[in-house]
Amino acid sequence: MEYFLTEQQKLIKSIARRIAEERILPVRAELDEKEHFPWELIKDIANADLFRIFIPEQYEGMGEGSFALCIAVEELARACAGVALSYAADALGAFPILLYASEKQKQQYLPAIASGARLTGFGLTESGAGSDAGAIKTNAKRDGDGYILNGTKQFITNGGEAEIYTVIALTDPTKGARGASAFIVEKGTPGFTFGKKEKKMGIRCSATRELVFHNCRVPKENLLGKEGLGFIVTMKTLDSSRPGVGALAIGLAQGALEAAVNYARQRVQFGHPVSAIQAVQHMLANMAMELEAARALVYATAKTIDSGAKNFTEEGAMAKVFATDMAMKVTTDAVQVFGGVGYMRDYPVEKMMRDAKINQIYEGTNQVLRNVIALELLRRKGLRE
Amino acid sequence: MNIVICIKQVPGTTEIKIDPKTNTLVREGVKSIVNPFDAYALEEGVRLKERYGGKVTVITMGPPQAEEALRETISLGADDAILLSDRAFAGSDTWATSYVLSKAAAKIANYDIIICGRQTLDGDTGQVGPELSEMLKIPFISYVSKVEEIKDKHIRVQRMIEEGHEEIETTLPAVITVAKEINVPRLPSLRGSMKAKTAKIAVWTAADIGVETDKAGISGSPTRVVKIFFPKREHKSEMLEGTLEEQVEKLAERLEKIV
Repeated sequence: MEYFLTEQQKLIKSIARRIAEERILPVRAELDEKEHFPWELIKDIANADLFRIFIPEQYEGMGEGSFALCIAVEELARACAGVALSYAADALGAFPILLYASEKQKQQYLPAIASGARLTGFGLTESGAGSDAGAIKTNAKRDGDGYILNGTKQFITNGGEAEIYTVIALTDPTKGARGASAFIVEKGTPGFTFGKKEKKMGIRCSATRELVFHNCRVPKENLLGKEGLGFIVTMKTLDSSRPGVGALAIGLAQGALEAAVNYARQRVQFGHPVSAIQAVQHMLANMAMELEAARALVYATAKTIDSGAKNFTEEGAMAKVFATDMAMKVTTDAVQVFGGVGYMRDYPVEKMMRDAKINQIYEGTNQVLRNVIALELLRRKGLRE
Repeated sequence: MNIVICIKQVPGTTEIKIDPKTNTLVREGVKSIVNPFDAYALEEGVRLKERYGGKVTVITMGPPQAEEALRETISLGADDAILLSDRAFAGSDTWATSYVLSKAAAKIANYDIIICGRQTLDGDTGQVGPELSEMLKIPFISYVSKVEEIKDKHIRVQRMIEEGHEEIETTLPAVITVAKEINVPRLPSLRGSMKAKTAKIAVWTAADIGVETDKAGISGSPTRVVKIFFPKREHKSEMLEGTLEEQVEKLAERLEKIV
């Protein structure tokens, strides 16, 4: 397929691909096994300027948009979804600042994010507030010229490793979701510590940890936007980040498809490679077809965002759901094509299958997002512009 | 710090072929790359710049197409690149090459350190670094595996020896050649790649750097390659027979003869 990449986007793709093939591929199995956060690779990604892609030029970024970010995430995920997530979650953590920070806040935080010197995280989920994000309990009480934060955030990607967090907390618990506000909290702030480090099924090299706030004082300058904007910040942030999850899924599926095709051509049964068996060919053909369809949807969504569209909630949700369901299916089928050895940790496809599952869960479960899509669909009476 | 890196464009590693009729390297259709050993030199230069500030200038002597290799070094962090290219340089051996490089270094003038790879992939001699320092009459350290410190116009390094390493200090300016243990070269950056596309690569000819043409190229090269050939591979195998003890005895006899 021809997607008419600009010179710059082609460059981003080739640079991300070199990092994936030369740096990530040789270590991905070990990172998965040992659950080590890939700091060395994060440095490679930073040195290659890939963190600059999603930051505007005036803050030492390169002002590329959602599409370029998707290309980079896809290429990294082709080698390892865990590494790609650590990168993509940095964009997720940067979005609230990009979308709602004051000029002063942007000047303060974005250059270090652009250079990759400081990673970011986004703190929304709590043990009692997953899909029901409105049920968060973490609160921020006004105290003189600042706020006092108390509560625990759960399952935070890049938790412990990142230095800049956007945290959603209730400034007015009586108002429910409308009483939430977004704060920038830096690692090292007194009263802010890290709790349980999760042991996961997949994406095991990425860090997933609790953020614990105990009488953590944050100056009022760290409030993003104004009080009560917390949920709007959240929704807009997730709208922006979902195509990236879709891109991660297509990169992951691409890696699985390549592995399955190569293996099918080599593996001999009944006197010929299994790729000569029509049942296997049809599996591979379906994998390729569904992957290509998902890629087209993710790219189209990213380009819609780059065109300056104001509302892309529905498109973002569709790209995320379709691509991640596809990745689960394609990676599962890749294991099937490999047969018995596919189940073994000596081959990469079992990891890909484990890595795929989370994509159907985080950043809005695929069920909740179907609700979102249906809501928008009903609102527009099924009509297309 | 004014840092100069010498590089060479060489045929890609896995693709070296020799024309059996002419005994010369087949260069047609072979992808050229920056000599992999030079990548460590460039990386160290860029790291020294990041540590101490300054500027990294890359030079290479070669045909016009070597410009491609120089552009690649800009994508990897070099600030400036100069191509030394002249018909009079063609056919230079290591001595003549070092002479041309020394003249270019003299024109750059206020350099603090010159870094080379320890050898090239094609020529494999490892002579250019030391010869260059001789011609410039400045100190030389080979096989550097770590730059400990640069301070007050002195450099302190670790140099690899057979068993471990030694620490050496010398005055600057100096020439060093680096071992591959010194660093892991970075991959090209986005900003660097964009800069590389549009960067102006200066071309210096013999006249520009005051090279006496009879001292460069074939006429300036004392070395003559008489013949390049594939060594003959001979496989001989012999099965030793008898009991285990007899076989061992025969083997020991054979080995003694060889020694």
